[in-house]
Amino acid sequence: MNIVVLVKQVPDSGTERQLDSSDNTVARASADNVINEMDEYAIEEALTVKESQGGEVTVLTVGPDGATDAIRKALSMGADKAVHVSDEAIHGSCAVQTSAVIAAALSQLEYDLVICGAESTDGRVSVMPALLSERLGIPHLSGARKLTVDGSTLKVERQTDGGFWALEAQTPAIVSTWDTINEPRYPSFKGIMAAKKKPVETKSLADLGVDAGTVGLATATSQVLDFAGRPPKGEGVKVTDEGDGAEKLVGFLASQKLV
Amino acid sequence: MPVQRLVPTQEAADLLELTRELAREELAPRVAQAEAEEQFPREVFRTLGKAGLLGLPYAEELGGGGQPYEVYLQVLEEIAAVWASVGVGVSVHGLSCFGLATAGTREQQERWLPEMLGGELLGAYCLSEPHAGSDPAAMRTKAVRDGDAYVITGEKAWTTHGGQADFYKVMVRTSEHRSRGISCFLVPGDAAGLSADPAERKMGLTGSTTALMRFEGVRVDADRRLGAEGEGLPIALSGLDAGRLGIAAVAVGLAQGALDDALAYAKERETFGVPIIDHQGLAFLLADMAAGTETARAMTLHAARLKDAGLPYSRQASIAKLVATDNAMKVTTDAVQVLGGYGYTRDFPVERYMREAKVMQIFEGTNQIQRLVVSRALAKGVPAQTAVLA
Ligand SMILES: Cc1cc2nc3c(=O)[nH]c(=O)nc-3n(C[C@H](O)[C@H](O)[C@H](O)COP(=O)(O)OP(=O)(O)OC[C@H]3O[C@@H](n4cnc5c(N)ncnc54)[C@H](O)[C@@H]3O)c2cc1C
Ligand SMILES: Cc1cc2nc3c(=O)[nH]c(=O)nc-3n(C[C@H](O)[C@H](O)[C@H](O)COP(=O)(O)OP(=O)(O)OC[C@H]3O[C@@H](n4cnc5c(N)ncnc54)[C@H](O)[C@@H]3O)c2cc1C
Repeated sequence: MNIVVLVKQVPDSGTERQLDSSDNTVARASADNVINEMDEYAIEEALTVKESQGGEVTVLTVGPDGATDAIRKALSMGADKAVHVSDEAIHGSCAVQTSAVIAAALSQLEYDLVICGAESTDGRVSVMPALLSERLGIPHLSGARKLTVDGSTLKVERQTDGGFWALEAQTPAIVSTWDTINEPRYPSFKGIMAAKKKPVETKSLADLGVDAGTVGLATATSQVLDFAGRPPKGEGVKVTDEGDGAEKLVGFLASQKLV
Repeated sequence: MPVQRLVPTQEAADLLELTRELAREELAPRVAQAEAEEQFPREVFRTLGKAGLLGLPYAEELGGGGQPYEVYLQVLEEIAAVWASVGVGVSVHGLSCFGLATAGTREQQERWLPEMLGGELLGAYCLSEPHAGSDPAAMRTKAVRDGDAYVITGEKAWTTHGGQADFYKVMVRTSEHRSRGISCFLVPGDAAGLSADPAERKMGLTGSTTALMRFEGVRVDADRRLGAEGEGLPIALSGLDAGRLGIAAVAVGLAQGALDDALAYAKERETFGVPIIDHQGLAFLLADMAAGTETARAMTLHAARLKDAGLPYSRQASIAKLVATDNAMKVTTDAVQVLGGYGYTRDFPVERYMREAKVMQIFEGTNQIQRLVVSRALAKGVPAQTAVLA
């Protein structure tokens, strides 16, 4: 089973993130960039499927030159090779445009299964897999908390608030993974050394046959017009215990869907 | 505060990133409880071993990571910045493999080293005895030849990982000659007649087991002797030079961890209407902590680079150990000062750092012994040398 994992490099969500005030895009060059956390689950799932089914895991990323950090991390976890789409013209692209680029790159690869994270921690659009499913004409099994592969049949437990939906489809298909699906492995030093020798193919828009005029900030379907800093933290909710403190606390947690 | 580092390769940078990730995810959540409950975190060493961190400075063809000391020590530092006991443990494990890697025959190395470096096993080394610490040549534990084996009898004090280790590098007497009567053996942890006393009840580093090992007629095959009979002390001492660098790196990490905690606190805590870092008297304390720690790191890495270049580094290793551990003692004490009364309680980790720093001035050669090494080198005369990096 040949698997392509979609991986995005994002500014570390644990740090103070910025927008670039010149064009309101995410400030990537100055940020501490890491692999999108949710994508580590996608990589882990791809490696697990490969271990039981055989085949190859290819990492695909669309991002600036610095996105090689995310690629190296994925390769050091155990992916076999990588495709890096990098082109100045992509800067400022919206999700719809990005999906056209990813779809074009996928069309040049042989795959049975595409796995991606449920959302990125910067864009947080959560629509990439659905857009790709539409563009490629393949089924989308979303929000997987469990994936089973049986020949060319894919079974997914799609996580919902109260339980799960059972989804089933034939390959080729795209699966987006939730962070409950597995526990991503750490790379090992051996993996880091091995990653140095794995092939990374860099492609431009021209290599993909995508017209540079159809992507980028100028023709994006959504643009950030203005932004403001996060307001300071407001007062918290104070629960006074009048014999029913526990109940109130549980009620609050439940209202936030934390229990 | 992130540390500014300069490393020779991209894989070294990735290795340090992996180390920080492991430290953050696997060590940080466990350290406070394990130290308070005096629990040895054997599982944590398996996790580090699986990631390949237990054999970094040894040759790749023997199962190691093929990394220069310059890189290995920075990994140790990152581990110790989060958990000193584990940093010490990784250093001790590395030291326990040193004799085989440097003095073993090729056959011995191929037989045991890949397993010892593979990450599943943990090592210990036994040099000190109850009456012989700073003066190891005063040791009395004996190995007597019996056919194609030796029989070891005696006591080895203060063994880090004592009773936990899978193998022990042991220095014992094979003749009465004070310095040339000592030999080195690799003893399996499950050897008959080998046992550990209850662990020492220590002031700090409580997550690291330290115990006296009893050798009651332990039979060891003669092919487990490393080097020739009588060559044990030089093997032990050359291992100590490398081990001192390990402890220096651990001390740098400990000091960095203490500085980071103190700095974060100083930005939050307010007195007289401003964060305490805005009081110059307190801010200068932090500045001195940073200056000492960066200096200790620089000295440690300088010694490591000499070692990596194949140059003599014994004096520099002693200076690094001396400077880095004295600095750790000072910085951790000052970190308690920065946190005021809170720093003196067990609710904050800085008092623990202070207890942990103390032992670093004692083991792997007390700081008096380091001064002895340095002053003897000075007395003997040190040639000026300018080596050129290849
Ligand atoms: C309000 C708003 C304003 C925006 N404004 C701008 C802007 O001004 N400039 C700008 O540059 N962008 C902007 N974006 C869009 C953002 O860059 C895109 O959403 C992004 O390129 C793709 O969407 P996502 O990362 O949110 O995907 P999601 O659908 O959240 O991601 C799901 C998964 O898809 C995969 N994936 C996503 N992107 C990639 C990729 N590039 N390569 C490989 N795999 C990927 C990953 O596996 C990821 O886990 C904006 C988004 C929003 C919501
Ligand atoms: C937590 C811990 C872990 C340890 N782990 C190990 C281990 O894994 N393996 C191992 O073999 N050993 C280990 N040791 C032992 C350690 O190396 C010794 O404790 C150390 O070498 C000092 O020896 P000593 O305790 O016998 O002190 P002594 O040698 O009795 O020294 C007492 C004091 O006299 C000073 N002194 C001694 N000689 C001189 C001199 N010539 N000039 C000036 N001052 C002098 C010393 O500096 C010290 O202050 C460990 C010790 C501890 C506390």
